[in-house]
This record gives sequence, structure tokens and C-alpha cells, in this order.
Amino acid sequence: MKKTLDAISKTYSFIDNIISVKFIRNMLLLYVVFFVMMYLLNFRIIPPDLYGGIFISIFIAIIMAVSLNVATGFLGQLVLGHAGFMAIGAYTAAFVALYARDAVANNFLLFVIASLSAVVTAGIAGILVGTPALRLRGDYLGIMTLGFGEIVRVLLNNMKVTKGSLGLSVTPGIMSVPLAFWTTVVVVVFIYVFMKSRHGRAILSIREDEIAAESVGINITKYKIMGFVIASLFAGVGGSMYAFHVGYIVPTSFGFMKSIDIFVIVVLGGMGSITGAIFAAAFFTYIPLELQQFESYRLLIYSALLIIVMLYRPKGLMGTAEFSVDGTIKFFRYLPKNLYNGSKFLIEKVKSFEFPSFGKKKGSDQ
Amino acid sequence: MEILKVDNLSIQFGGLRAVDQFEITVNDNELVGLIGPNGAGKTTIFNLLTGVYAPTEGEIYVNGTSTKNKKPNEIVKLGSSRTFQNIRLFKDMSVLDNIRIAYHNRMSYGLIASVFKTSKFKKQEAESIAVARNLLDIFGMGEFENHLAKNLPYGKQRKLEIARALATDPKILLLDEPAAGMNPQETEELMETIKFIKEKFEVSVLLIEHDMKLVMGICERIVVIDYGKIIAKGTPQEIRTNKNVIKAYLGE
Repeated sequence: MKKTLDAISKTYSFIDNIISVKFIRNMLLLYVVFFVMMYLLNFRIIPPDLYGGIFISIFIAIIMAVSLNVATGFLGQLVLGHAGFMAIGAYTAAFVALYARDAVANNFLLFVIASLSAVVTAGIAGILVGTPALRLRGDYLGIMTLGFGEIVRVLLNNMKVTKGSLGLSVTPGIMSVPLAFWTTVVVVVFIYVFMKSRHGRAILSIREDEIAAESVGINITKYKIMGFVIASLFAGVGGSMYAFHVGYIVPTSFGFMKSIDIFVIVVLGGMGSITGAIFAAAFFTYIPLELQQFESYRLLIYSALLIIVMLYRPKGLMGTAEFSVDGTIKFFRYLPKNLYNGSKFLIEKVKSFEFPSFGKKKGSDQ
Repeated sequence: MEILKVDNLSIQFGGLRAVDQFEITVNDNELVGLIGPNGAGKTTIFNLLTGVYAPTEGEIYVNGTSTKNKKPNEIVKLGSSRTFQNIRLFKDMSVLDNIRIAYHNRMSYGLIASVFKTSKFKKQEAESIAVARNLLDIFGMGEFENHLAKNLPYGKQRKLEIARALATDPKILLLDEPAAGMNPQETEELMETIKFIKEKFEVSVLLIEHDMKLVMGICERIVVIDYGKIIAKGTPQEIRTNKNVIKAYLGE
């Protein structure tokens, strides 16, 4: 008994150590990334008027992709209506910005309040959609969520409060690159940490095998709804950021194609990889913008890219693996050793190489 | 003490009565075998015991509590845990994580704790790792903890499934054909493992098996069913010479 207790406390202090050291290191790395980005923009090394907007679009895409990854990649459900949650978040944020603009002077505070309200409404929508969706799976769930996305769009298009297809305008000048960056960091870290907890593991186990998960005591109903709701809440945050960034929201920006775009990013990044979703979101937001100068060839090149990725990386760019700093350090530390072993192996191969003999067999020549 | 008590259990699928008035009692730290020809209803009984099916008639008590209207995950909390005939592991997860998932209900930290990594979170996570490693060491699989479950050899997958079932801290372990697909040597090894875990973890075991050598070798009592009905029960010696059993297996 004492032995196991000792082992527990030992592992405990060991893990505690690693986390705190890692935490500081990761924060430093984040700051480095942040300052490099701000340096490039502030000193006009890359044009800020154009790339500032692109960066914010990328951060929004990252939030949307990482949140959808919870429902699609980790929980394993086909969700094709993610833009619906985004729309709910965006309109909530727009309303809050409209009515609280005079009461809240601070832009940052206004954004926080608007985003929190967006989280609440999108979360409620998530519960409403997630609960009946438990009975469906696979394609049927996909069709149902697709229907939900369309219902949201049509409702927004026909309601008086939302001014129909005229859309709502939002106070401009609130969204900035730093704000978008740190919001994204908060969302991604939340989802990452959540997935590493017992709740995250429960969600993963449902994807792997529902019956087995139930047989080891996982409450499937609870965790399916939880996965669904977490995905929708953060879609709300993404919507709120979108509203403040664009400054003018119309129902058509949250159509079926938007949902598919997010879904494509998740699939190509790797279902079940947060870092994969981040890379894919950055890549597939930037590339179409860059391709705009090719006009009519744009869609051609874009689709060719998609086909190439699916051919050579059928599980997505990252599969279920995560990019980690530790893994990279390990890779470079063992790189010389691995290169040495690899070249030794190759030399051996070359030395012992024999030309295959055709025609006559050895020892049978007379 | 009675860990598992089943009274008058029946289930009807349309016109088919798959299990008919089945009853069984498993006491503390007892090893009971459940055998019968193909299609006799053994796995159906397991599915009833674990709450996958709701019985048409009858009552099941696990650890003194009725399982009526309880979901499978709630029955696990009462103290019964099972393995499957066709192995059901979390294939794309590491061996260690497979066991840690089963430890889920023995941890209590909430959503907020997991986001802010409170000391409760850290302590319980460390505990789950320690328990999982301990279980793997007992089964001699410590070196495989970072392998994906799907990459393990067949025999080790079986063992992992048993280890995972044990991580829920059960009072009774339901093993559904643990020796299926194993060669004689592996079966021998499995017999030792089952005996060992029964002593070490002080659990009762209810075992479905076709391998007569294994059943006769380790079970203290055996229940034989055919067409959903009990045709014999008793010690391995009694079962071996029972006329009904021979008739069910070999015909007249």
C-alpha cells in the first residue's frame, strides 16, 4: 500500500514539474510568435492594410476549424452545419454591440461581453441541436445538421429584427490582430487542455467504440452532448470575431458553402488533430486569397490542391498526430544519430548489392 | 455475500424467447462458468446483465442493487464490468489511455478543474497513470504502454481488455469467451491469469467459454444452458457426467 502511495506522489511531483516548466516555455514561444507577427506588420515588412485582415481571417478560420474538430474529429460525428452556430454567434454579437455600444465605452470590454453572449446563444443552439442528434449517426446526422444550418440562414433572412438580407452593421475598429490572436490562443488552449482531461478522453472513447465506452462506465449521452455543445460555443466566438472583423453581416455569408469550407479544413488538417486544423486553416484561408490574381484559374488550382492532399495524405495533413515542441526537439536531437545509422544501413546495402542474374541459374552451367 | 443475483430472467425477441427463466447466484470471490452450445443465449444473458438489453421479465441484482431501468454505464458503477467476445478496444488510442478511460468514474474533477489544471486534477490524473501502469505491470505489458492498442498481438489485446475491465474496480468480472482464438499454450496462460486476478483483486468471475479444458479446469460451479433454458448446474464433475449436457452437446 505504502509502495503504491509513494509511486503516486512521485509521479505527481514529476508531472507537476514538467507542466510548470512546459507552461513557461510555451508561453514564451507564444510571445515570440506574437512579436514576430506584430514586428512584421508594424514595420511594414509585409503590408499591414492587406495582411492585417488576412491574419484576422486566418484566426477566425482556426477557431472555427478547431471547434468543429471537437465534434467531427474527436467525437466522430458528421456535422455539416457549423456555419449555423457561427451565424448565431455573429448576430448575437452584432446585437450586443448595437445596444451596449453607448453603455460600454471600452472596445475590449465590448468585445468580451459580445463574445460571451455569443457563447451563450450558440451553446443553447448546440444543446437544442445536439439532443435530438444523439439518435442519429453518420450521413443522417450530417443531413440533419445541414438542415439546421439552412434553417438558421433562412430565419435570419426573413426576420425583421435582423433586417433580413440587408444585414446588420457592427461598430468598426474593434477587431485588431492582437485581440484576434489572443482570443484564438485562449480558445485553442481551452480545447487542447479539455481534450487531455478525463472528459476529453471520454469523448475520444466514444469515437473509438461506443459500446466499449459504455461498458467501462462512460455516460455516452452526456459526453455526446458535451462534445456537441463545446463545438458550438466556440463557433459562437468565431462568429463574434467575424462580425467585429467584417463590420457588416448578412445571412448569405453563413450559407452551406461556409460550413463545407470549415469541414474541408478539418478533414484536410487531420480529423482529431488540433495542430493539423490550425495549419490547414492558415493554409486554406491564405491560398485562395493569394490565388485571386489568377482569376478564373483560382478554383482549378484550389481543387487540384485538395485532390493532391487527399491522394498523398488520405488521413489529412497530420492524421491524428499533434505537432509538439518536445517532439521537434527530440527529432533534431536524434537527427545526427538517425542520419548516421541510416547512411550506415545504405552503405551496407550498396556493398552487399548483387546484380540479379538472368538466364542461367548459378551452378547449373555446363 | 451475493455479488450477482438473477431471478427468473427472460427476454422475448418477437416470437423467440432467447432466455427463459434464467437464474444464477454468484457469491463473493467465486468463479462460475456459463456454458452451452452455439446459439444457446449465453451472450444474450451477458447483454442483459450489463444493461444492453432490458429484460422482458425478471430481476437482476448487482451488489444488492436492482439494475432495473439502469443504463450500462450506471450498472458499471454498481460494480460489474465485462469483456467482449469479439475484442472491443479503443483501437487508435495508446494502451495506457485504454485503461485510463476505464478509470474515468473513479476520478471526480469537473470541467473547470480540467481547464485550470487544479491540484485535484493533477493528483487524480497522476493517480490514473499510476493505476494504469500498475495494472499493465501485473499483466506483464508495461513495455507496451505507448503502443496503439490495435498494434498489439491478439493474446495481449485480450489481456488488455481484461485489464481495462479491472480498472473500473469491479466486484464481478464478466468474461465473454476470453479464450476464443487462442492456441492451447495461450489458453493455459489465460487460465493462470484468471485464477491470479481472482485472488489478487478479490473479484467474482462469471465466464462464458467454449474451451472445456479451461472451464473444467478453473470453474468452481458451472451452469449449462440450451435454447435459453438452464439444463444443468453443479460442480465440473457433476456436469461432466450429466446426461442432459451430453445430449445437448453431442445429440442422442
